[in-house]
Amino acid sequence: MSDAVIKCESVYKIFGENAKKMLQEANGNVDAKTFQENGCIVGVNNASFEVAKGEMLVVMGLSGSGKSTLLRCISRLTEATGGKIFIEGQDLLKLNNKELINLRRNKMGMVFQSFALLPHKTVVENIAFPLQIKGIKTEDTINKAMEMVKLVGLDGRENYFPRELSGGQQQRVGIARSLAVEPDIWFLDEPFSALDPLIRKEMQDEFLRLQEQLKKTIMFITHDFDEALKLADRIAIMKDGLIEQLDTPAKIVLNPATEYVRKFTEEVPREKVLLIEDVMDKSTDGIGDLKVLKDEVIENVAEKILTQEKTVGVIDDKNNLIGSINPSKIINTVFGGRRNGD
Amino acid sequence: MEILKKYPKLFQWLFLLITFFALCFAIDVPETYKFIRGQAEFVRDPNQSTYVFLGKEVRYYAFDVFWRLPPLLGWLPIWINDSLFFLMNEWMPLEFWNEDTQEFKTRPLLLEVSRKLTFFMTFLIELIREILIGGINTIVTFTGWDWISDNPWAELPGLPWTIVTAGAVLLSYHLSGRGLALFAGLTMVYISIFGQWKPSMQTLSFILVAAPLSFMFGLGLGIAAFRNKRVEKALYPILLVMQTMPQYAVLVPAMVLFGVGDHAAVIITMVVAIPPMILLTILGLRAVPPEVIEAGKMSGCNNWQLMFKVLIPTARRDILIGVNQVIMVCFSMAVISAFIAAKGLGYNLLLALNRLDIGLALEAGLCISLIAILLDKMSLAWANKQEDYFGNLTFIQRNKNILFFVGTVIIGIVLAYIGTYLFKGTHNYLFEVPHNKGISTADFWNRGVDWIFDTFFVYIKAFNTWLIQDVLQPMRALYLRMPAIATIVLVVGAGYLIGGIRSALIVCGLTLFIALSPWWDRALVTTYMATFGVIVSCTIGFIVGTLSFQNKHTASFMLGVCDIFQTFPSFVYLIPVMMLFGITDTSVLIAVIVYATIPATRYTIEGLRSVPAGLHDAATMSGVNKFQRLTKIEFPLAFPHMMLGINQTIVFALFMVIIGAFIGTEDLGQYILKALSDKNGAGIGLTLGICVAFIALIFDNLIRSWVEKRKKHLGIA
Repeated sequence: MSDAVIKCESVYKIFGENAKKMLQEANGNVDAKTFQENGCIVGVNNASFEVAKGEMLVVMGLSGSGKSTLLRCISRLTEATGGKIFIEGQDLLKLNNKELINLRRNKMGMVFQSFALLPHKTVVENIAFPLQIKGIKTEDTINKAMEMVKLVGLDGRENYFPRELSGGQQQRVGIARSLAVEPDIWFLDEPFSALDPLIRKEMQDEFLRLQEQLKKTIMFITHDFDEALKLADRIAIMKDGLIEQLDTPAKIVLNPATEYVRKFTEEVPREKVLLIEDVMDKSTDGIGDLKVLKDEVIENVAEKILTQEKTVGVIDDKNNLIGSINPSKIINTVFGGRRNGD
Repeated sequence: MEILKKYPKLFQWLFLLITFFALCFAIDVPETYKFIRGQAEFVRDPNQSTYVFLGKEVRYYAFDVFWRLPPLLGWLPIWINDSLFFLMNEWMPLEFWNEDTQEFKTRPLLLEVSRKLTFFMTFLIELIREILIGGINTIVTFTGWDWISDNPWAELPGLPWTIVTAGAVLLSYHLSGRGLALFAGLTMVYISIFGQWKPSMQTLSFILVAAPLSFMFGLGLGIAAFRNKRVEKALYPILLVMQTMPQYAVLVPAMVLFGVGDHAAVIITMVVAIPPMILLTILGLRAVPPEVIEAGKMSGCNNWQLMFKVLIPTARRDILIGVNQVIMVCFSMAVISAFIAAKGLGYNLLLALNRLDIGLALEAGLCISLIAILLDKMSLAWANKQEDYFGNLTFIQRNKNILFFVGTVIIGIVLAYIGTYLFKGTHNYLFEVPHNKGISTADFWNRGVDWIFDTFFVYIKAFNTWLIQDVLQPMRALYLRMPAIATIVLVVGAGYLIGGIRSALIVCGLTLFIALSPWWDRALVTTYMATFGVIVSCTIGFIVGTLSFQNKHTASFMLGVCDIFQTFPSFVYLIPVMMLFGITDTSVLIAVIVYATIPATRYTIEGLRSVPAGLHDAATMSGVNKFQRLTKIEFPLAFPHMMLGINQTIVFALFMVIIGAFIGTEDLGQYILKALSDKNGAGIGLTLGICVAFIALIFDNLIRSWVEKRKKHLGIA
């Protein structure tokens, strides 16, 4: 088995009556415009990527870009029109209904934008729901659900109904529910988009804390580029069904692949996103006394570096010298032209 | 000409109207034509012509093709009748074991099924009825008459009225709180002390059987339709016709299949009550947010779990609104079923009306209305009730309502027992107040009616004469003067202009069915009465709705009034109008107007309310005054919704016109009423019902097409 937990090979999702036939005729050369003229809408266009174990892939795109559709293909809430999807080496599209249900019951968890809680069940019952569906004894499911309630910090509210909770609290329930069966793969479909900015930030931090603890394989959908930068190991940027660029946040900021991606990166405060490692030089000649860690965010060490006259050394966490950085480089990165990373 | 170029639609409409009137003037009334007063089906007349189709002889009066289409569908009722007869009495004879005679007997399958169904329904009704008011039939079913005469003690005792009342109060309190509990208590006490207990409980037992069965079938079919498009497509036209068919007309075929009595009424009530349940189930399931369904799927639900653990609980409110509808339909059918001898309040009402005992009718009617309101409010409260969490409560706290009820049952029984000593020799009033021993206000009302008649007779008479001679007769003559071809051109043309070719074809089909049936003249009379009613109702409803919309409180108040009036079975409306206007067309029309004003008012208010608040503010900031805001902003935006109200008004008006036949009108309803008392009436009754439904559907199609277009145009679809 390869390291990839999720693996997509040229996945297509095309809506419309003759979608399958048109896709075959197009022979891998799908053009959204010609399809639209024939009454088909291209949702996902030739998506190929892998997500490694424990990795968080954030899919970013504006509304209508096909990001949610892609996620629904991988969770098989909609059937992909073409291509192959492997979950831990299993061919997802070949599973029969029973196997699919089994996979969902044990391996997958999903969080929704509008929370999608069951209005007739209390917090703890909602969280216990996926366990009860599996046929586990009610008492055990409630115990397990109570653990989850504590994990997401809702203790004391376990007997509330969803209607009595705020948006942020409801989404905590949604998160707890998706984690109740201890899935390996975690899908999050714009989980924080319906929340107020302050609550959103709080939930993002909470989410990072959880991921630190749980180390799930994650596909996270968002339309917020800042959110993507903050959370992602890697980001896939989608437009009109196509993945425009798939890379680490730093590389996307430093090397936007297309004009479309560049528009997003323009406004990004680089000193907050980039690490020393991303902008350092490999040579270690003529460095001064100060040394900085390679994993530091530029913002945190910028003042220290800028007050130096000499080039600053860069070390890794084992204190090995691995490169250097000149103060002028910092100024260049933050205030300078757009192609500084080269 | 400039105007016509600017508005091409206007030109088309003008053209249509000109064609229509040209046809009307061009085609003369044939000399042989006369409005048929008798019943062509039953009376042999030397002037009649005949033709034979499918082996059935159809008699009709000579028709001029342009004036009236020949009754080419005249064979349909006869054919339906014969087919029903064949199915019931000859089709698939099978051997059945007869318990009583201990031998095999040959019986047609359908007859046997009908008998078994009848037996089952009768048993259910008797069981519940006897739990409520006592009796021996249930025990007889299990043992036999011989056994009963040997054991005279064996009898279901029935519940004392005190217990049923307490039960209703507690249930109301649990569902909604003190207000409803108080209302429930007063209603039940009123029923009891006015001696209406027995018929009320008979009606209640009828509903307690019909409503749960209708709910189960409706829910099941609704789920099937939700999951399978093909089932939905097959059900949809039936649902549409059933929703617009007068409840009255459905009774006729029921009599053929199941005879007369409570069981037949329950079965036919189910046929009427299931369609709204199906519609609301589909609607509710559709309204479940897609993400909730996805959440269910991602939790690993199989189809069954998804339906019963996710979809149905989430759609709970809509489904319970369906239950509310089912209960209300069952109740109104329970009243109308009096025509096929179902016992209960409706039966008493019908008897009283037949004897023109307005006082008694009023008492029964008031009872019916009170129970209708109570049932409506209770089921609505159930739908709107949100569950509370009881996890941390003690056993007593959790079950206090049940414990309370058990307590009242004990107290009620003790009271009833004490009553046997208290009222020795007379009736035990703590058990049940018999019909003739209750307080009766009938005399008072009768005297009141007499007084009204004596005092206002001259005015009422003058009004009556004026209305009939100067308004109704000319209008009726105008309708009857329309040549069939002209009417069809007008209706189909309107269909084409509003909804395009598809709409035109549907409307054409519906109109042709009526035109080719033997009852075109009658349909015209029905339409004329309905039109008159609708015009007046819409005018009143529109004005009242607009006026009461000006103030938040009056608007809510009017909506509440509409709610209450809408719960009354249509039959009840005949009582006060007969009281004031006696047995005339005026009475029917006034009942029609009162009944049909409800939806007109409601939709006007709701339509005006649905105008977004943002637009109000925008209009106010542009400096409009109240009147300008009404005419420039609110009316144009609310109009599509108000048109739907007109749609409802038409259906309500048609229902009432048909029921008005009871008072005596010369329209389709008269034939339906006659078919009820005719053993060969099934086919006629059904075809007539379909005719009425089609009249409603023609307008429904036109209005809906227009509303959809308009809403799309306004971007509020």
